[in-house]
Amino acid sequence: MTEVLEAALRLIVVFAAFLTLPLIVGQLEHKVMAHMQARVGPMYAGGFHGWAQLVADGVKFAQKEEIVPAAADRTIFRLAPALALIPYFVAMVAIPVGPDLVGQDIDAGVFFVLAVMGVGVIGTLMAGWASANKYSLLGAVRQVSQLMAYELPFVLAAASVVMAAGSLGFTDIVEAWQPWWLIWQLPAAVVFFVAGLAELNRPPFDMPVADAEIIFGPYTEYTGLRFALFLLAEYAGIVLLCFLTSVLFLGGWNGPFGDSWLWTFAKAGVLAFVVIWLRVSYPRLRADQLQKLAWKVLIPVVLAQLLLTGVVTIAW
Amino acid sequence: MVKDSEEREGSRGVGLFKGLGITLSTMTKRSITEQYPDVKPELPPRSRGVIALLDENCTSCMLCARECPDWCIYIDSHKEVIPAAEEGGRERSRNVLDRFAIDFSLCMYCGICIDVCPFDALFWSPEFEYAEFDIRNMTHEKERLALWMQTVPPPPALDPAAAEAKELLGVRKKAEAAIPPTEPGGDS
Repeated sequence: MTEVLEAALRLIVVFAAFLTLPLIVGQLEHKVMAHMQARVGPMYAGGFHGWAQLVADGVKFAQKEEIVPAAADRTIFRLAPALALIPYFVAMVAIPVGPDLVGQDIDAGVFFVLAVMGVGVIGTLMAGWASANKYSLLGAVRQVSQLMAYELPFVLAAASVVMAAGSLGFTDIVEAWQPWWLIWQLPAAVVFFVAGLAELNRPPFDMPVADAEIIFGPYTEYTGLRFALFLLAEYAGIVLLCFLTSVLFLGGWNGPFGDSWLWTFAKAGVLAFVVIWLRVSYPRLRADQLQKLAWKVLIPVVLAQLLLTGVVTIAW
Repeated sequence: MVKDSEEREGSRGVGLFKGLGITLSTMTKRSITEQYPDVKPELPPRSRGVIALLDENCTSCMLCARECPDWCIYIDSHKEVIPAAEEGGRERSRNVLDRFAIDFSLCMYCGICIDVCPFDALFWSPEFEYAEFDIRNMTHEKERLALWMQTVPPPPALDPAAAEAKELLGVRKKAEAAIPPTEPGGDS
């Protein structure tokens, strides 16, 4: 009985984090992007510097009419947002933020999280196909081609640190982590982060939702809460990527002044800032540039990193 | 062309960091955004907000209405005959302004009407908050245009080294001619 209660409690905590952290990242994005563009961003909602802007946005989305296009495949159209969002929640359950702070510690955690994250794209593909809209379909096809290209460096980069630590469990990896890994695993970390951004469609890799070309890609026909769920999925993805990167490559809760979950959060926060920073600074990559970056830069780099990791691990 | 691409080869990647630097340095600077409805903007002293009418000066000469590029000024007037001031004198006639209206939904704020007015009847006022829910209310009639006069700022002071204004010079000369200058050393 107590086990069930504890599992439920852990799930509730993870769920609360899953709902609030993306909003914090979203608000941070509003403000950071605004100041980077010499603006001030939202100033009214909530009174103090527009802190409640995303809450207001949520209320707005909830009030909107739910429209399903006449030609759309109703069931799949309505199911797609859930499929895009839930994998991120499931993945978040397995990521530890502190020595014993984890929804559910899984032995093959890295494998589990990477596998589950790949499912999210099916939601996007379903949305694009079921919308019966050429822009949606184009966006979905772009999304899939992008995923095909970037899943490989993403997984290989994770494999490098798994080889180095000799374990697929997050906790083991963090405990095996040493500060000099920052340099040794740097190429893998960069590749992992960049490929992760591309998988999340974050600018500059947002070609699947390029609003200047194809409106909003797979999400063109969505309104109201379902649209909000897609947006939430994007920001949940950012949170997930930042925590993954900090746990795998930046040592998680290892820190100068004693190990603490605060370190994980601080590292993930800095990474979230970098995600926003990159979005503001760079223009969108074209389709061919995206493929070139993945196949000609990221994959060779990560293969070389794998070789290096293998040699060092065996020679040690 | 080959040389061009080679030059670019040399600096490849530098631009990526430059871009990051620019956004980061912009973020640390204070934004210039004005919180307009909460904080009134500080406008330049001679801002062109709305056109004010000093209707006592208007002679209904129609110059402004004719020069207006988009015909947004409406003037109606009638002639009044003033009886002779003294026996055997001649009757005088003058124009009386009935209607003077500017349609600010058409006005393009070029200020030509103000420039051409020979009698200083039109002025720029810096007031700009006169939006309306109905476009027909954007036509300001004589009374409303006259109210804007209260918001017209005084003309900027003359340069310290400038010659005295002609109006003042004339008045001063007349005054000095009427009152003989006081003896030096006497109480003033």
